[in-house]
Amino acid sequence: MKTIYNGIIKENPTFVLLLGLCSALAVTKTVESAYLMGICVLVILIFSSFVISLIRKLVTDSVRIPVYILIIGTFVTIVEVLLKEYIPDLYSALGIYLPLIVVNCIVLGRAMVVASKENVGKSVLDAIGIGLGFTLAITIIALIREILGTNTITLIDSISSFTGYKAIYKDILPSTDIFPISIFTTSTGAFLTLAFLIALFNKIKGGKKNESN
Amino acid sequence: MNLISLFITGLLTSNVVLSKFLGICPFIGTSNKEKNALYMGISVTLVIVISSIITYLMYTYILVPTDTIYLKTIMFILVIASMVQLLEILLKRFLPKVHKTLGLYLPLITTNCAVLGVTLLNINNGYNFSEMLVYSISASLGFTLVIYIFSTIRERIENSDIPESFKGTPIALITAAIMALVFSRFTGI
Repeated sequence: MKTIYNGIIKENPTFVLLLGLCSALAVTKTVESAYLMGICVLVILIFSSFVISLIRKLVTDSVRIPVYILIIGTFVTIVEVLLKEYIPDLYSALGIYLPLIVVNCIVLGRAMVVASKENVGKSVLDAIGIGLGFTLAITIIALIREILGTNTITLIDSISSFTGYKAIYKDILPSTDIFPISIFTTSTGAFLTLAFLIALFNKIKGGKKNESN
Repeated sequence: MNLISLFITGLLTSNVVLSKFLGICPFIGTSNKEKNALYMGISVTLVIVISSIITYLMYTYILVPTDTIYLKTIMFILVIASMVQLLEILLKRFLPKVHKTLGLYLPLITTNCAVLGVTLLNINNGYNFSEMLVYSISASLGFTLVIYIFSTIRERIENSDIPESFKGTPIALITAAIMALVFSRFTGI
């Protein structure tokens, strides 16, 4: 339980460890693509941590990175094939950012730091914590960007062929002349939102440090 | 698409770092000094262009005829990893001086998402061979341009008075936001 909490708050991959920022910025235009990307990363992280931890004593240092990349690549390919077959809309919505999970620093980073040293149980728990932390973080970014940028919240849209219904909430806040602020849908908005969230996290952490002193 | 406009698109308007968010980690992490940024950019350019050509040929002449395109992610990352390794060995053997300066950055390039990203975009956008070549050159030059500009800005940021919680990554991201705003205005040239 503590490991999972650690992954979500104390070692949040996006806000604290600053890993996997590429996908955190790229798929956060709508809430839907953000949390679905988070789930994909979570699943891939759990399976690859499991396998890497299982074979940790067989893999020598010199071949570590290629072996890990191959294992992660295998799981990414499995997810890709499944999504393309069953939820093609989601597959095209995530675009190149789905195969890019292979080089996502979160997955490779956790493989190097945790799964290559700890036993299977601990590695999988850590993977769950970090994966949930990532999902939560990018969902928050997407929520802020979507509400400010288009004044909507998209929960179910491109996966509607799978679930059978859509869930898009419109006009969350009253619109005015200057709102919604369309710049939040562009890459500038993505950088700004992430910058302010990391600064907020720093502020909270800094405050705690001062109190304990 | 016209090759010149494709070049400008890759270099400026849909820049890999600022509009496609690829290669953010080296962008934030390594671009502290002008010289380092330039070396990083050159190494990335070399790797992107070489691996784009190889992955493109492999995709068209091996994966498509054998109906195994679902293997592209794994195949591409293997090609990139071996390209980086090969480049490192060749540089060490023939240009030891260059290897000394670039050596630090080469291993990092394997996990630079700009490299895998560009090779995948070549395929996803359905480019032909010359378009692929132009796009991969312009995209990697765009990467170099952005991290070079950013490193010069960053040297100035370090000397200015920034709120405590914005130091480091947040201010870097805000700089990136402003740069993205400027670069997106190149649309229509």
